[in-house]
Amino acid sequence: MSARITRDDVAHVAALARLRLDEEHLDLFTGQLAAILEHAEDVEALDLSDVPPTSHPFPLVNVARPDVAGPTLSNDDALAAAPSAQDGRFRVPTILGEAP
Amino acid sequence: MSEPRVPTDSLGNPITVPDSHDVLVVEAADGSRWELVCGLEVHAELHTVTKMFSAAPNSFGDEPNTNVDPVTLGLPGTLPVVNEAAVELAIRFGCAVGAEIRRSVFSRKNYFYPDMPKNFQISQYDLPIVVGGELELTGGHVVGIERAHLEEDTGKSTHVGGDGRIAGAEYSLVDYNRAGVPLLEIVSRPHVRSAEQARQYVAELRAILVACGVSDGKMEEGSLRVDANISVRPEGSDELRTRCEIKNVNSLRSLVRAIEFEASRQADLHAAGEPVVQSTRGWDEASGTTVLMRTKEDADDYRYFPEPDLVPVDPDPARVAEIAASLPLLPSARRHRLAERTGAAVTDESVVAVVDRAQDDQAVAAMDAGGDPARVLVHVTQNLAGEGGADLPPGRLAELVALETAGELTATQAKQVLTELVADPSRTAAEVAKEKGFEAMDSGALESVVDGIIADHPDEWSSFCGGDDKARKKLSGFFTGKVMQATKGQADGRQVAQILARRAADA
Amino acid sequence: MSAGGARALDLARDIAAGERSAVAVAQAHLDRIAEHDGLVHAFNVVTADAALARAAEVDRAVAAGEPVGPLAGVPIAVKDNLATRGVETTCSSKILQGWVPPYDATVVQRIAAAGAVVVGKTNLDEFAMGSSTENSAFGPTRNPVRTDRVPGGSSGGSAAAVAADFAPIALGSDTGGSIRQPASFCGVVGVKPTYGLVSRYGLVAFASSLDQVGPFANSVADAALLLDAIAGPDPADATSIPQAAEAVLPRLDEGVAGLRVGIVSELLGEGIAPDVAARVREAAEALAAAGAEVVEVSVPAVTYGLSAYYLIAPAEASSNLARFDGVRYGLRVDAPTTNEMMVATRTAGFGDEVQRRIMLGTYALSAGYYDAFYGKAQKVRTLIGRDFAAAYEQADVLLSPTAPTTAFELGAIADPLTMYLNDICTIPTNLAGHAAMSVPFGTGDDGLPVGVQVLAPALGEVPMFRAAAVVEAAAPAPAAFEIAGSK
Repeated sequence: MSARITRDDVAHVAALARLRLDEEHLDLFTGQLAAILEHAEDVEALDLSDVPPTSHPFPLVNVARPDVAGPTLSNDDALAAAPSAQDGRFRVPTILGEAP
Repeated sequence: MSEPRVPTDSLGNPITVPDSHDVLVVEAADGSRWELVCGLEVHAELHTVTKMFSAAPNSFGDEPNTNVDPVTLGLPGTLPVVNEAAVELAIRFGCAVGAEIRRSVFSRKNYFYPDMPKNFQISQYDLPIVVGGELELTGGHVVGIERAHLEEDTGKSTHVGGDGRIAGAEYSLVDYNRAGVPLLEIVSRPHVRSAEQARQYVAELRAILVACGVSDGKMEEGSLRVDANISVRPEGSDELRTRCEIKNVNSLRSLVRAIEFEASRQADLHAAGEPVVQSTRGWDEASGTTVLMRTKEDADDYRYFPEPDLVPVDPDPARVAEIAASLPLLPSARRHRLAERTGAAVTDESVVAVVDRAQDDQAVAAMDAGGDPARVLVHVTQNLAGEGGADLPPGRLAELVALETAGELTATQAKQVLTELVADPSRTAAEVAKEKGFEAMDSGALESVVDGIIADHPDEWSSFCGGDDKARKKLSGFFTGKVMQATKGQADGRQVAQILARRAADA
Repeated sequence: MSAGGARALDLARDIAAGERSAVAVAQAHLDRIAEHDGLVHAFNVVTADAALARAAEVDRAVAAGEPVGPLAGVPIAVKDNLATRGVETTCSSKILQGWVPPYDATVVQRIAAAGAVVVGKTNLDEFAMGSSTENSAFGPTRNPVRTDRVPGGSSGGSAAAVAADFAPIALGSDTGGSIRQPASFCGVVGVKPTYGLVSRYGLVAFASSLDQVGPFANSVADAALLLDAIAGPDPADATSIPQAAEAVLPRLDEGVAGLRVGIVSELLGEGIAPDVAARVREAAEALAAAGAEVVEVSVPAVTYGLSAYYLIAPAEASSNLARFDGVRYGLRVDAPTTNEMMVATRTAGFGDEVQRRIMLGTYALSAGYYDAFYGKAQKVRTLIGRDFAAAYEQADVLLSPTAPTTAFELGAIADPLTMYLNDICTIPTNLAGHAAMSVPFGTGDDGLPVGVQVLAPALGEVPMFRAAAVVEAAAPAPAAFEIAGSK
């Protein structure tokens, strides 16, 4: 059985998920997530060491497409919904930090 | 819980570091000695028509955001579909390095970054398609491959304002043309023990990728990107210490410099009792140093899980065998072939150079056509390196070498004829030799020339006859030179030496 | 002309024969929408002009003797999480408000090719996360049968549109019951096809391994008509089943003689309202009377369904919804750095339920918890699949309630976990990737519709529909209702 989810856990997860929770939501979500996870304890308690996981409900393998080019979007269409664009590109504010 | 943790790789196999005759050892400021342990991660863009998971073109250098479709942009509702050509190329690579081709599963690597349209990267994680295999370097060292897996590339950001770098920029502009380009990430075991081995490894890998049509291997265009995982340990120990990952290495030269710098940096830290922090560092070409990019924190929680939109890739063994059989002869096999044919060592510089220039088929064909292997190797190495040299029909080279070994052409003449043949391969070696007046002198004519020269230089001749080996050798050169002058180079140097020796014996 | 509760099959036949005008049919439905949707709020957007133009094109094709499809001129409502080229697609979320896709979902292409006339995009719980359509950023949908009640969710708009006769058929999506539960609440037919039978390309993903697109209709036959039009392989969806789909409509009248029907004992006990359970038993009796062999079966692992679902679905959702970051489309809340911009955008753009599930899913996938949560939940899926397989040794189709209760009042359920319990009967089917559908069968003690769920194994659509047709035929005639109430 996992330890009960804490307020700090919730704050950490919010940061991972790029969400900002105010104090009220931190408390609310901590309680609600704990309740949901508590409900999931019936699953946690099962011994499933010999059971394989199911990641796809309908088992298929080797679904691929031929390497043939299809239609592309025009630059205008690609940028049509962009909140901000410049020089044919999507514009974003300062990026802090390199990609992993 | 208290059991010592055996370090394992991403597939759970124990990590081993082989010894080598060529281990980089750096001396720290306090005189302590530290040896390099290095593994390389190479991202190779695959040579496909379309992207890894969509039908948008895989093409470099186009106008921004034009090689994009709804899938590339990660538009809501879109789904990835695996490019079968990318899978085949991964299998080709795997077969080329003697790896195992396995049932593989795509996962999602979740992190937020604006050059990634979905804010997750589809990549193979715990079940990669290529497992194991190895590379024999030109220097003879063997580097094991841990795995190679398929994944998608990210887009590219241009940083505006500041000095164009990410730090200090006012804003950034993102182009997703590169997003979704198929990548094969090839992870070596930590078997690289020197900067030179790292250089050889990447060069060899590139040669294999190009030979198999897997990637165009252009480091300068970023289609081959190298990250080096570097640590050092006390010379002679078998520890594994904290490593740093070095990125932004854009050439083989930078790779060598970056490894040497980083090894020294870490050695100095260890020697000073300071910690080496596990981190990603960037190679800065201008300063010749590595610079901290980011530390590995617990924020690196990528929340991998199997990509539910894709199904496993489980290559048919018959197809894998077919692909393996279709591969061209690979660089190391070509070096071994050339070495065996010529009697040279597989690590011989001529052998390495000729295979590197892909002229070994030419050389072998010339040998098959009767050319003396050693002379063929010399000519291909030295005299066919220039423009057009590779295009010389092997038959022409074989004819030339035959004339040379029959004594009808001297080495100097052969070289001159070869130059003519490269310029115009429609003529035979014999025709060119004749045209240039390189007809072999009959031995009677040569003997009379030699006798004339002896008569003209009595002092030198008596010194030659009475001198020790050293003097004789020197004067042999003197007489040969005179004979060459007199015959305008038509004389065979070996024949001249023989005549001189005979005359001296008779004197 | 009134919309008149016409069936899609009749409309398509009459329009194709030139006996009815598609424009007139479209106009009648648009009029009804105009009259009542202010109260019901089934639609996020009504595409009246495009619908009339499309209907005119159908009429022209009929007049010209050109072939028209099986849905010729039939008005259809499309859930607003299906991409429609040129028509705003919002998922009822502020974060996607104003987004106009440059492409059509595969199912949208297929209904267009079949001749259907899209009348609008229907409301849903934001990103299909909910069981009441109260979690819409654009306000709740009301149940047309009784407007102080929820229509169920998340495809509440589509269910309400069909129940209110705004369109005879509609498309929804079902991740844990999002078609079947609102169908039950609104007294219409709703089908969750076998996973992979219908393409997901263009369905804005909630939980990719569970999502399926499916039909709503006022009759089992109309549902079959629409399913046949949208089912079948799609090269754009790697999880789509590569075999051609078997047509259901021609098999509807085959009856249930000799068919084995299993009542799922675990889904008739605790947590199920007695009046709902009674309707299920009556439906079973009707099936037996029609020649089916009715048995009681046990599927023990379904009791773990809810727990497994609320680990798997949020986990996948947390990843699927990462793309909404203010960079390429949708809402952006400005901030000095990209990271702060993403945080501000997502915090402002996602509603509470979506944020809660993203949090839950992120936690379930995060380092140190994967094995205990997501990994284990995937194993429970295997158990559920095994238990279903055992049950399907004894029965060809299964029977259960669709939802534990009839439609509840708006605002009645505030606690998330209590809301999730609405899905206990429907979730196991999604986890197993099987087929299931809800068929109206009488009413509860409150006079509101009750849905009976018919379940079938993967690709068991034909026997499922045959049983559903018999249940439908035996069902008490639904009470007529007027759409009434105040907003």
